[in-house]
Amino acid sequence: MKAAVIVFPGSNCDRDCKVAIERSTGAHVDMVWHGDTALPDAIDLIVLPGGFSYGDYLRCGAMAALSPIMAEVKAAAERGVATVGICNGFQVLCEAGMLPGALLRNEKLKYVCKAVDLEVANAQTRYTAGYAGRRQVTMTVGNGEGNFFADEATLDRLEGEGQVVFRYLDNPNGSARAIAGIVNYRGNVLGLMPHPDRAFEAELGSADGAILFQSALASA
Amino acid sequence: MRAKVHVFLKPGVLDVQGKAVEQALHGLGWGGVDHVRVGRTIEFDLAATDATTAEAEVKAMCEKLLANTVIESYRVELA
Repeated sequence: MKAAVIVFPGSNCDRDCKVAIERSTGAHVDMVWHGDTALPDAIDLIVLPGGFSYGDYLRCGAMAALSPIMAEVKAAAERGVATVGICNGFQVLCEAGMLPGALLRNEKLKYVCKAVDLEVANAQTRYTAGYAGRRQVTMTVGNGEGNFFADEATLDRLEGEGQVVFRYLDNPNGSARAIAGIVNYRGNVLGLMPHPDRAFEAELGSADGAILFQSALASA
Repeated sequence: MRAKVHVFLKPGVLDVQGKAVEQALHGLGWGGVDHVRVGRTIEFDLAATDATTAEAEVKAMCEKLLANTVIESYRVELA
């Protein structure tokens, strides 16, 4: 099994993601610089990590979405490769048009950093199958712009198609319909604000994030 | 030619920054202030000399990068 973590200037969870994936799945993880124009061969999982790519200039994720490597990430996702955007990575996926919606400034204007309980809204996705019917998981969030927004028609469609994967039990940032994570229509591109990479072993308070990475690779 | 692009959150998209500024203005005694929106202005020089070409170019830039049309609307001024 092989995974790639994309490193943008200003990413700060790239190392965390590498360690989290290695420890929870045993997969080999390559770090791929945003300026590269090719992904490693036979990749099973691509992760866009959290952080402040390009200093959040213009809009969170806007500049990173135009990085040279993103054309390759898009092409791989179109081939069905599991692609996960965590926090800033979720913002990048939205800015790149790979997921619907956008992330706005948190409702209370505060940076929120804490453990959050999440409802597994769709247990049938390739990312949540490993939760084996568990309805609630715990991860941590750390974001200032994690307030998921989409127009009502898009939100209805996301819910109707089972594309809402995680919901906050206690919405920390004002996200529409308490949405914490969504997948694309095909189900192989996941974006979420909570960090599975900060919840991959019990010592971190939760190991629920490990299951997400394991699920992603189990179905690769 | 100089372009000015004004980008604001669309009506209906909660502008929490605007809300905070509004409350601050109320706190300073300007109770008549309502519906504050905080946006950004992006200015740049353009090589194009005719307005139609320039406008089409700037519009494309807005759609591709300068604004996120899921949440933002934009207005272009050319001078």
